[in-house]
Amino acid sequence: MRSQRHSAVARDDIPYKEGFEVPKISIEDLKKIKERERAKMVLREGQFRGKITVHMGTCGIAAGAREIMSVLRDLIAKKNVLDVMLTNSGCAGLCAKEPMITVELADQPPVKYVLLDKEKAARIFEEHVMGGKPVEDFALGRGSETTAV
Amino acid sequence: MTARPAYRMQFMMCAGTGCMASGSLDVKTALERELVKRKLQDEVQIVMTGCNGFCANGPLVVVYPDGIFYQKVKPEHAPLIVEEHVLKGRVVEQLLFKEEAAKDKVPLLKDIGFFSLQRLIVLRNRGLIDAESIDEYIARDGYAALAKALKEMTPEEVIEEVKKSGLRGRGGGGFPTGLKWEECRKYESFPKYTICNGDEGDPGAFMDRSVMEGDPHSVLEGMAISAYAIGAEKGYIYVRAEYPLAIQRLQKAIEDAREYGLLGNDILGTGFNFDIEIAPGAGAFVCGESTALMYSIEGKRGMPRIKPPRSAEAGLWNQPTNLNNVETFANINPIILNGGEWFASIGTEGSKGTKVFALTGAVVNVGLVEVPMGTTLRSLIFDIGGGIPKKRKFKAAQIGGPSGGCIPTGMEDVQIDYESLQGAGAMMGSGGVVVMDDSTCMVDTARFFTNFSVDESCGKCIPCREGLKVMFDKLTDIVEGRGQEGDVEFLIELGRHINSTSHCGLGKSAANPVLSTIRYFRDEYDAHIREKHCPALVCPDLIDFVVIEEKCKMCGMCYRNCPSGAIIWEKKKVAKIDKNKCTKCRTCIMNCKFGAIR
Repeated sequence: MRSQRHSAVARDDIPYKEGFEVPKISIEDLKKIKERERAKMVLREGQFRGKITVHMGTCGIAAGAREIMSVLRDLIAKKNVLDVMLTNSGCAGLCAKEPMITVELADQPPVKYVLLDKEKAARIFEEHVMGGKPVEDFALGRGSETTAV
Repeated sequence: MTARPAYRMQFMMCAGTGCMASGSLDVKTALERELVKRKLQDEVQIVMTGCNGFCANGPLVVVYPDGIFYQKVKPEHAPLIVEEHVLKGRVVEQLLFKEEAAKDKVPLLKDIGFFSLQRLIVLRNRGLIDAESIDEYIARDGYAALAKALKEMTPEEVIEEVKKSGLRGRGGGGFPTGLKWEECRKYESFPKYTICNGDEGDPGAFMDRSVMEGDPHSVLEGMAISAYAIGAEKGYIYVRAEYPLAIQRLQKAIEDAREYGLLGNDILGTGFNFDIEIAPGAGAFVCGESTALMYSIEGKRGMPRIKPPRSAEAGLWNQPTNLNNVETFANINPIILNGGEWFASIGTEGSKGTKVFALTGAVVNVGLVEVPMGTTLRSLIFDIGGGIPKKRKFKAAQIGGPSGGCIPTGMEDVQIDYESLQGAGAMMGSGGVVVMDDSTCMVDTARFFTNFSVDESCGKCIPCREGLKVMFDKLTDIVEGRGQEGDVEFLIELGRHINSTSHCGLGKSAANPVLSTIRYFRDEYDAHIREKHCPALVCPDLIDFVVIEEKCKMCGMCYRNCPSGAIIWEKKKVAKIDKNKCTKCRTCIMNCKFGAIR
């Protein structure tokens, strides 16, 4: 009985085709990736002076995060801004106030914006991302959350 | 050989395009001139650096070793800086980087109640990383725990660490995770499996979805470590098909991890093999139960079976299987990296670490929160949740979904941990918290959750299948005005039978919403049955739809909003309701600010 049931698993239990070599990373590589990405994330060395994170969990998307994303993407393309990173992330926790974005400029604490729409996103891009001055009207707070880790 | 001058101070001049444009070269020249003038050129070095990033406030000068950051420096400031800072060692206040006045109006996140009281372990990467980037996960110590476990620890040591942490299952049951792994490791029958339970089904719960969407690799890593600990080479993530984004991101994460060799054969060159597959479920609540879940993965009908044997001995395809919740797995990386003792230092005596809650219902800050075990319900709802909107009053919180119970006003200081919640008649559950205000009818709420359980009962055991239906019908009678003396006693007796004679966790707890609302809101049941009146004005059949003359302020709000023209009102006259036209839609009640309609 047991062996019979077990045979059912064998079909889908093949992660790789035989003879197909996949390049593996080592523990050293893990550390290298970590260093590289860290540098990128703290906006120090890299080619970026700013980073915009659109929070795109299900809650954010339902509230219109995709629209915010496309507005920002268009602005970046239109103005040919090469030193601002546009990225997305998951739910920031405050689902009641989606769509949310976080704007982080080098040497400034990140600022979280809430309850956005297309116009607000465009204004934040103009005044904060390009002008360096947070838009207090839509800002929730600045700084990062503290993690226990 | 000439001794190289030992500089005691360095001026880091920003020479990025932005600062150059705003005149940093002139500032440099001015500073050099000033230094030479005071014969300080051998003591102070001027270094031109790349873009500092803060171009809006350039030219920028950072003075080391103190790391003082001057902004908008002009050539005429040079004497001042040299005189004050270099010679007298005083910071030039007027050039300091000041947060602009406007910015001070933006509060710090850590000063905002919603964020300040949370402690993030499971949600450590929330909003910080791109969920689809394995590199960004690695940057935040991702897969470092797996590397540590595989390279430096034996499976027994991993289990020991998890046991030491005191981590208990976050799916609701609260079984110690380390013991579960240890049990599963014991059985010498291969292959073994490790499964992630992502079948989140409670109404109003979205903790697991958010973790799978926002940080999928943390789940994969936790699973890989559990597989190493128990001796499995294959894992499944059981996630409901209603979570398309979670499935998509998990799938991407699995593919990326395979590409890096973090899943597959010979992981990190240690000889450990492990791979994960997603098993989408059709969304049956009962499939969150361990044995039903495993049948569902096997392609069979999802129905719980009798235990023992436990899944650790004979689970998926009758092989030893470990099943943990999404949130449990997401806790593993920090535990391995920081040690079990660190984790055990957070929380209460019997409940360690943190718990993620999905805060929904009548609360200002609907959202996802992670708090240390032992936080009070009051803190969760008022400090973090921001309280009850529309100036209404807190009435109760349903914790643990349809299997949990409600905690009423007056008991807000109950601590959130497994034992305290159990004692209060609720349960930890997976973490859904539905907050209810005084416009909620508790009988109606109990009926809602019972209806959910009726729909989701798999039908295997008679008490759950038939008993819940009878219970639902009785509750319907009560809210529609056919309640009789003795109904409450009947519900209590029936509820106890359902809970004690059902087989699986769903049935064993299905009567909890009814039992706990009777325990705390017996008077509301009595009002429905004896007075045929719903105190919260929710059940349409038990509302008189009469204007209380003394309370009516003659504002006409009811008149303006009534969709069927059933309100008779003139300026400065008390409104009246025409019973022949009234459709009992409750619009007038919801619009009356003075509670003048009963």
